[in-house]
Amino acid sequence: MGTTKTPAKQEIDAERLLDLYGRMLLLRRFEEEMQRLFLKGEIHGTLHLYIGQEASAVGVCSALEGGDTVSATYRGHGAALAQGTGAEALAAELMGRVTGSCGGRAGSMNVVDREHGLLGCYGIVGGSIASATGAALAAKREGGVAVAFFGDGASNQGYFHECLNFAKVHRLPALFVCENNLYGEFTPLAQVTAGADIAARAATFEIPAEKVDGNDVEAVHAAAAAAVARARAGEGPQFLESLTYRHLGHSKSDPGRYRPKEEVEAWKERDPLPHTRRRLADDLGIAAERIDATEAEVENDLAAAIERARAAPYPDPATDNGRQYA
Amino acid sequence: MSLEFREAIVEALGEELERDDRVVFFGEDVAAAGGVFAVTPGLFERFGEDRVFDTPISELALSGAAFGSAICGLRPVFEVMFGDFMALPMDALVNQAAKYWYLSNEQAPVPLVVRSAVGGGGRFGAIHSQNPATWFHNVAGLKVACPAFPADAKQLLKASIRDDNPVLFLEHKRLYSVKGEPLEDPDLPPLGAARVAREGADVTLVSVMKGVHDALAAAELLSAEGIEAEVVDLRCLRPLDVETVLRSVTKTNRLIAVEEGPALGGWARGLLGAVTEAGLEELDDAAVLSTDDTPVPYSPTLEDAFMPGAEAIAAFVRGRLGAGATRLES
Repeated sequence: MGTTKTPAKQEIDAERLLDLYGRMLLLRRFEEEMQRLFLKGEIHGTLHLYIGQEASAVGVCSALEGGDTVSATYRGHGAALAQGTGAEALAAELMGRVTGSCGGRAGSMNVVDREHGLLGCYGIVGGSIASATGAALAAKREGGVAVAFFGDGASNQGYFHECLNFAKVHRLPALFVCENNLYGEFTPLAQVTAGADIAARAATFEIPAEKVDGNDVEAVHAAAAAAVARARAGEGPQFLESLTYRHLGHSKSDPGRYRPKEEVEAWKERDPLPHTRRRLADDLGIAAERIDATEAEVENDLAAAIERARAAPYPDPATDNGRQYA
Repeated sequence: MSLEFREAIVEALGEELERDDRVVFFGEDVAAAGGVFAVTPGLFERFGEDRVFDTPISELALSGAAFGSAICGLRPVFEVMFGDFMALPMDALVNQAAKYWYLSNEQAPVPLVVRSAVGGGGRFGAIHSQNPATWFHNVAGLKVACPAFPADAKQLLKASIRDDNPVLFLEHKRLYSVKGEPLEDPDLPPLGAARVAREGADVTLVSVMKGVHDALAAAELLSAEGIEAEVVDLRCLRPLDVETVLRSVTKTNRLIAVEEGPALGGWARGLLGAVTEAGLEELDDAAVLSTDDTPVPYSPTLEDAFMPGAEAIAAFVRGRLGAGATRLES
């Protein structure tokens, strides 16, 4: 089996697309605000921002149902918000506040939000693949589909090869989503990846594998919906390679100077947000006022959420009851 | 004396698979073949491939699958064939399973068990003979069980499967054929409770797994010479039951820990530190008998000399007591 081509774009209802646009805008604006707070010293350690890749998480997560699960990476704010994690809880977690998704214990790279089906974000490259493989083992009995988001760099990890094989031979209902943003940390994918074709690697396990334009939320949604349906129907694991790009460096310690300026500019031309806005206005006839209203609503809600998060207290070491064991 | 150690393991697995539909068991060659040490025969036939199954030789995938399924409602038990292979599944155990409960702010427990055959004396060479317990000893969130007797093996494995935390359950491969009194007590011991395996007033010997049997044999040799050793079987290395050791030392004032592994970074030195911290005034002596700082050798003469057996333990005790010292360094 070879890799299959991006499926024909499936019609998404205009109202639905407006909703997905608002969600993508939330991801974008959230990350921009977190970057601002990081530079002000209100977020600690480091940050791995999702800016540029919004169509990927929103496209996939919008194809899921309640009971499905998502495992994501240290660049996981996008997946969390796409799953419905509240901006206030996520911002508070990043700021180490007691009202955070994990009470401030996890921080940016390790967010867990079970209420919204987010099993976890994992700080080790490829860790999400393991989490989703196990979740799919449970889902095979209990129902549901387990999704893993991971980057192109993870395709060189043992987790990738071991878990894809494991999932295939045990016919697990998993969807593996490789968000190929062309760089593993600071290093170009092609320089360190034999063959440099990640979907082809998945296909060697006889896992149905598709490449999809990861900056086109409609294309991602359509491919993910089809893959999830196959997994749910008992056809075993599925694979999507979402071709996308991060506008910023790997983390806050990386200005991203290793990337040619023309490459960055070319990808910014393909920014999923203006693209989707044009689709809504030009192709689907949504009035500019309605799009503006959606944008204003996202902006206002986010500002209020961040203010609430900033007002929340830090955990008090004197009363914190952290326990190693359940 | 009717329960064999390996029977204890398969009985515990069978009873827990029977008792709780959420329990699943998987590993390399554990299902159809019944395990390379013939420890798990019959489970596959009894419970079917949805509950008991063979896997690829992919220890990292096994630990990942156990972690992910444990946080989604299953209670997985998986086998890592030899303890030496525990370096491979380490990431999912240390960075995912052990931390999830705390990091998630207690959103979900991680009830998984990894069983593994460990230890030397089997002529398996350096990379099939180690005891990986101390690799995991300082990982908060993990538990480490290491039984010495068949009854404890059964009780502690059942307790491990019912525990809501990730448990590393170690089986010394030289103990699989050991027989002992069965114990059918529905009340399972907590993980982290030591047991006094032999009472004595002169010196406290502490060990785990095969070391407990060697310490007991050494105690018999010493008894013939008028030295009465108390033997404490820790049964678990994490949590570590310092209290029971401290109680024993209060009586004997002398502590010798026997570890099948190097002293530096080993559990025995850590135990001595904890006992000293809590009860320095009770101690006249505290020492560790460990293995040399080399990999486990293969040749029978070298491996036998490497392992801290009963004669070596007895000689070490005599030396520490100043009676016919044969090995004073340590």
